[in-house]
Amino acid sequence: MPRATLIVGLGLASALATGACASKDLRDLYFGEAVYYANQGHYFEALERLDAELALHKGVDEPQRDSLHYHIGEAEFSVGDFELYYRMHHRAGHAIKAVLEGAVDENVRNEAAYRLARIHFQKDQAADALVALDRITGKVPVAIRDDVEFLRANVYLALGRPGDAAAVLKRLQSAQSLTGFAAYNLGIAMLQEGREQDAISQLDRAGQLKVSDAGPLAIRDKSNMLLGKLMLEATDFPHAQQYFDRVRLDGPFSNQALLSSGWADVSSQNFERAVVPWSILAKREVTDAAVQEALLALPYAYSKLNVHGRAAVLYGDALKSFGEELNKVDASIKSIADGRFLKALVREELQQDKGWVIRLRTLPDSPETFYLMQLMASNDFQTALQNYLDLEELRKKMAGWQKSLDAYEDMIRLRRQNYEPLLPGIDSQFRELDAQIRLRMEQRNHLQQRLHQLLVEPRPDLLANTDERIALDRIHAVEQALEHAHGANVDQLKQRVKRLKGTITWTLYTTYPERLTEAHEHLNALNADIAVLTKQYQEFVRTRQAAEHSYLGYGETISRLRTRAAEALQNVNQLMAQQGHLIETVAIDELKNRRARLEVYQTQARYAVADSYDRAAKTQAAPAPEQAAPAGGGH
Amino acid sequence: MRTLRKFWIATIAALGVLASASSVADASYREQMKGLDEQVQEVKSDVLSIAAELARLEERLLYPSNTHLAVFIALAERDTLRLDAVQIQIDGQPVAHSIYSFKELEALQKGGVQRIYTGNVTTGEHQIEVSIAGKLDTGKDYARTEHFAFTKGIEPKLIGVTLGSSQLQLGDW
Repeated sequence: MPRATLIVGLGLASALATGACASKDLRDLYFGEAVYYANQGHYFEALERLDAELALHKGVDEPQRDSLHYHIGEAEFSVGDFELYYRMHHRAGHAIKAVLEGAVDENVRNEAAYRLARIHFQKDQAADALVALDRITGKVPVAIRDDVEFLRANVYLALGRPGDAAAVLKRLQSAQSLTGFAAYNLGIAMLQEGREQDAISQLDRAGQLKVSDAGPLAIRDKSNMLLGKLMLEATDFPHAQQYFDRVRLDGPFSNQALLSSGWADVSSQNFERAVVPWSILAKREVTDAAVQEALLALPYAYSKLNVHGRAAVLYGDALKSFGEELNKVDASIKSIADGRFLKALVREELQQDKGWVIRLRTLPDSPETFYLMQLMASNDFQTALQNYLDLEELRKKMAGWQKSLDAYEDMIRLRRQNYEPLLPGIDSQFRELDAQIRLRMEQRNHLQQRLHQLLVEPRPDLLANTDERIALDRIHAVEQALEHAHGANVDQLKQRVKRLKGTITWTLYTTYPERLTEAHEHLNALNADIAVLTKQYQEFVRTRQAAEHSYLGYGETISRLRTRAAEALQNVNQLMAQQGHLIETVAIDELKNRRARLEVYQTQARYAVADSYDRAAKTQAAPAPEQAAPAGGGH
Repeated sequence: MRTLRKFWIATIAALGVLASASSVADASYREQMKGLDEQVQEVKSDVLSIAAELARLEERLLYPSNTHLAVFIALAERDTLRLDAVQIQIDGQPVAHSIYSFKELEALQKGGVQRIYTGNVTTGEHQIEVSIAGKLDTGKDYARTEHFAFTKGIEPKLIGVTLGSSQLQLGDW
C-alpha cells in the first residue's frame, strides 16, 4: 500500500482568522492607526505607519517618554505579524527573532517562537521550524496551545518522524479547534509509520466525525476519499464503495468521489451500479476533469451492460461536448496569450472579498478561468497571483507618488516665488525693530537692577520725579552761585535754599516706600508688555523660519525619492512582467494539459461511438437471448 | 469490446504520461515562483522604505509641527453603537467626514483608530465640532453633536475622539 504523505495544515488559517487588536488603554494614536489598517487587511499602510512609528521611537533620546513606549512589545510583535500577512516572510522572520531575543515575558516569547516556527514550516524549512518550536518553554498562551502542538506534529511528519507526530496528534484528538484535522493527520502519521490497519481505523473515525463547519466537513470528505483510494488499491471494492459513498454530494471532493465510486463498481464488475454515480456526475459542470472522464465512463458502463444504443448516443454527446470544450480551451489559451487573464485578475471589484478567486469564474468575458479553478486553488499559484496583485498595487502607488512629487515641487516653487521677494524687506525691517527691542530690553534690565539695588540700599533721590529733579538741579545751581557770592542777603538766601532743599529731601524720604512700590508696579507692567513683545518676537521668528523652511532644503530629498521610486517602479514593472508571464505560462500549460486530455477523450469517443453503433446494429440483428446478455459477459 | 478495453487502457496510459510531464513542469514552475517570491519580498521592503521617507517629507512639507493638527476617531470599548458617519468641523468650517463600511467599522470595533483629518491651524484657542450618526443596538437611529475647545501650541496637536452611544469624549495625546 503506498504511503500517503498529504497532511493538512491549520495553524496559519486559524491565526489569520484573528484580527490585530490594539490594547485597551491606547496611548499611541499612530499605533492605533496601524492597527486600523491591519484590521481591514491593508497591510502595506499598516506597515508604513508602524515602521515610521518604530523608527521615530528608536530615534528619540528618552524612549520611555515616547507614547509608543507603552505599546512597544505589542508594536514589535505586530510588525512581524503584519509582514507575515503581507507575505514578507524574510522580514517577518527577522522581526519575530528580534522579539524572541528581546526581554519579553514568557507568553510573548512563546507566541513569537510559534510564529517563527510557522514561517519556517511554510517555507519548507521543517528542521528550523522544530528548532523554533523547541524554544517554547514554560507557560504557553491558551489560545495557541493546541496550534503549537499541531504544528509540531506536522513538522515531525515533514521530517519523516511519523511516530513522534502520532504521539502528539493522539493528545490533540479532543481539541475542539482541530476537530477533523488532528484526526486525519493522525491517520496519515500511522500510514507513514507503516501501521496500516491502525491508520485505516483512524481515518475511518475521521471520516465519520460529527462536524458542521466547512473546513472539518472537507477534511472528513478527504479522509473518506483517501480510505476509498486505499481500498481500491487493495482491491477491496465493496469497502472502497462504502467510503466513497460517505463523501458529501455537494462538497469539494464530490466529483472525484462520484467518479471513483463508479470505478469501484466497475472494478467489481458491477456496471449497473456504476451507471448511478456516473449519470449524476455527467450532468455536472463539464469543465471539471472528473465530469469529462464521466462523459466517457458512463457510455463505457452502458456498453458493458450491452446497452449499445444508449452507449452510442452518450458517446455521441461526449464527442460533441469534447469538441465544444476544446474550442473553449483554445479560446482560453488565446485569451491568456492576449493578456486578458492578467487584466481580469487586477479588476478591483474582484478583490473586495476573500473569495475573489472563485468569483473570477463569474466573469462573462474571462473564459480562461473556467479551466483554471483547480490550478488557482493551489498554494503556489495563489502566492503567485497575490504577488502579482501586490505588485500591481505597488505600481499604482508609485505612479501616484510621482504625481505627488511633481505637486510638491510645484508647491515649493510657488512658495519660493512668494517668499523670496518679500523676505529681504521683512528682514531689514526686522533688523531695525530688533535693534530697538534690544535697546529697550537693556534699559529694562538696567531699571530692574537699580530697583533691586534700592531694596538693599535705599536711595530716595533716585526716586525723585521730574519736577523734583529739576527743582533739585536748580537748587544745586543756586547753591553753587551762592558759594562765591557776596552781599548782605547771601546768608539769608542760603538759608532759604537750604529750607527748599530740606523740603524736597523731606518729601523724598517720607514718600520713599510708596515711591518704591509704585516703581515696582511700573516695572511689573513693563514686564507684562515685554512678555507680549517676547511672544510676538518668538512667533515672528518661528513664522520667518517656517516661511524659509517651506521651500528650502527639499530639493535633495525629492530628487533622491524620485530616483528611488523610479528604480523601484522599474523593478516592479520588471517583476510584474516576469510574474505575469509565469502565471500565464503555468495557466497555458495547464490548459494545454487539459486540451491534450480532451483530445485523447475525443479520439476515444470518436472510435467508441462508431464501435457502439456497430454493436447496437449487430445486437438488433441478433436473436433475443443474445440481446439479454449480462453486463461484462465476456465481450 | 476487447478492442475498447485496450483503447481504454491506452487512454489511461496516455493520460498518465501527460500527468507525469505536467508534474515535472510543476516542479520547475514552483522553483521559478519561489525565486520571484523572494524578489517580490525585496521590492516590497524597498517600496515600504520609500513610503516611510515620503511620509516624513509630506509631513514636513504639508503639516509643519507648529501648525500640525490631526484628529483621530476611536470607538468606546464594548460599545454597541453601529456607527454610520462622522463629520468634523474646526472653527465652524467642515474639514472631514467619513461614511463607514462594514470593514471599517469592524476595524474600529477591534481597537483600531482612524485618522480622519490632518491639517493646519494657528497656535491658540480653537473649537472642534464632532457630529456622528448611527444606530443603537435597539435599531433606533442615533445622532449626536458635541463641541469641544482645544489649544494649539507650537508642537503638533493630536486629538482623539472616542465615540460611544452615551457620550463623545475628547482626549489629548
